[in-house]
Amino acid sequence: MSGPSTFVPKSAIGRWFESRLPVMGLMHSSFVAYPVPRNLNYMWTFGAILSFMLIAQIITGVVLAMHYVGSASQAFQSINDHIMRDVNYGWLIRYMHTNGASLFFLAAYIHMMRGLYYGSYKPPRELLWIIGVVIYLLMTATAFLGYVLPWGAMSFAGATVITNLFTAIPVIGTPLAHWLWGGFAVGAPTLTRFFALHYLLPFVIAAFVGLHVWALHVTGQNNPDGVEVKNVERDTVAFTPYATIKDIFAVSVFFILYAWLIFYIPNYLLDADNYNIANPLVTPAHVVPEWYLLPFYAILRAIPNKLLGVVALVAAIVILAFVPWLDRNPVKSAKYRPAFRFFFWVFVAICIGLGYIGSQEPNDAMTMVARILTGGYFGFFLVVMPVLSFTEKTRPIPASIADAVLAKKTAEA
Amino acid sequence: MTAATTTHDPNRRDFLYIATGAVGAVGVAAVAWPFIDQMNPDASTLAMASIEVDIGAIPEGQIVTVKWRGGPVFIRHRTKKEIEEAQNVQLSELRDPQTDAQRVQKPEWLIVVGICTHLGCVPIGHEGKYEGWFCPCHGSVYDTSGRIRQGPAPLNLAVPEYKFLTDTKVKVG
Repeated sequence: MSGPSTFVPKSAIGRWFESRLPVMGLMHSSFVAYPVPRNLNYMWTFGAILSFMLIAQIITGVVLAMHYVGSASQAFQSINDHIMRDVNYGWLIRYMHTNGASLFFLAAYIHMMRGLYYGSYKPPRELLWIIGVVIYLLMTATAFLGYVLPWGAMSFAGATVITNLFTAIPVIGTPLAHWLWGGFAVGAPTLTRFFALHYLLPFVIAAFVGLHVWALHVTGQNNPDGVEVKNVERDTVAFTPYATIKDIFAVSVFFILYAWLIFYIPNYLLDADNYNIANPLVTPAHVVPEWYLLPFYAILRAIPNKLLGVVALVAAIVILAFVPWLDRNPVKSAKYRPAFRFFFWVFVAICIGLGYIGSQEPNDAMTMVARILTGGYFGFFLVVMPVLSFTEKTRPIPASIADAVLAKKTAEA
Repeated sequence: MTAATTTHDPNRRDFLYIATGAVGAVGVAAVAWPFIDQMNPDASTLAMASIEVDIGAIPEGQIVTVKWRGGPVFIRHRTKKEIEEAQNVQLSELRDPQTDAQRVQKPEWLIVVGICTHLGCVPIGHEGKYEGWFCPCHGSVYDTSGRIRQGPAPLNLAVPEYKFLTDTKVKVG
């Protein structure tokens, strides 16, 4: 999509610089002249929203690290006494960071569901999609490591449950867990290393985001009609001002939600148990992860076997990487796939249902429902996608993006 | 190119390539190992491997939790009823078959590591269908011998190495 840049700096200094390091030209071809499909809807603003959330998390995180103490004896006090009460605006930055993680995931889930709905994983965007799955995995790892840092009761329980997933691996599982812990249980060495890794991973995410954007700019964006750009003049508009202004507007609206969380209900998404300091001898009565991991937690609990439960949990995420080969239907957008569209919304309902069950106490009835929904979750990928690849009667797709836009205009007129 | 040059015996140069590569690989491994091993339990952690507990003050029916190797150990002074229940279980009913006698040194004292064998939470005593332990994380149920009876955990609560020093003193580890 982006050929050699035709960008020529106006000033002599600019030209001198550009002939030695063409950074301005790269920026210009990526974010100014870059052609975007003219039929994009607001679902295509979440890439920009996610970029801003990543930046917000890194800035607030670096600031918090200036005041946080990554030691088991001081971590809890350094947040709940020091940062929340003593540090100037510490309360604000801390609430920005904790609620920012939640909104980061909210935006990521909308972004991923957008990709599923409009078939953004289909050729030629398979690698773009897989890089996205890698970013999602890194995000869950980073969020988990960060959740341990306050060293509250729920931090400790979460660290214990997640690191114990490794003990399900035959033979090397237990030595591996001891290696992760630096002891025979989650303890002081675990916290300190988790802090180091929590500081590292966001920069790894940023690097993968760079690859994600790079891959995107090679293939060009998908769009609601799922037809490729055929004529740049007719089918696209320039990134600046069209996409830039739209993205800024969407980010602003999203930040209203973010500000509302921070200023009005900063603890709504947090767990009261985490305001108790970690105690290795007591596990809180009701252990639940943060909302964005609840569906996977429900899948883990649905399987009555330890190893298979962990395998299902991992498979539930890793299966996303195989979606480009599970769904072979040449029609990308669910707009033209009535059966796929129906099952897509069933899948969304299943994810929300699993999330609800993950938040509830385990009992027999809940476990039964969790098993049915787990079957549904994997069924969407392993049955619905392959079967609809070849059997679905799709609606006719427009000849081009311009035709789709013009057809909509005439229908409205 | 003739057949002679492609099929000749290994010569000095081949040997040097392989030897250089092998030395390089050993060097990389030797440098990598300290960076991997630094994460393993350190000397101070290994040094706290055993504790002594006074059990004289634990009344019948009570469970005391002590800290051993950074985690909990349950010392349970079992009642007659609890001992009977633990002994009268058919091995065929058990997921991880062990008789009660294999799990205790003295029937009235059950000493187990207080870590659920599923994902490491600390189970709650006197709870669950068998009134042994119930794990709040994922619903595993243990009996009064600490054996797994229901839920996702695969194994019985582990029995640590321990020794009665006197009638009222026990050394764990």
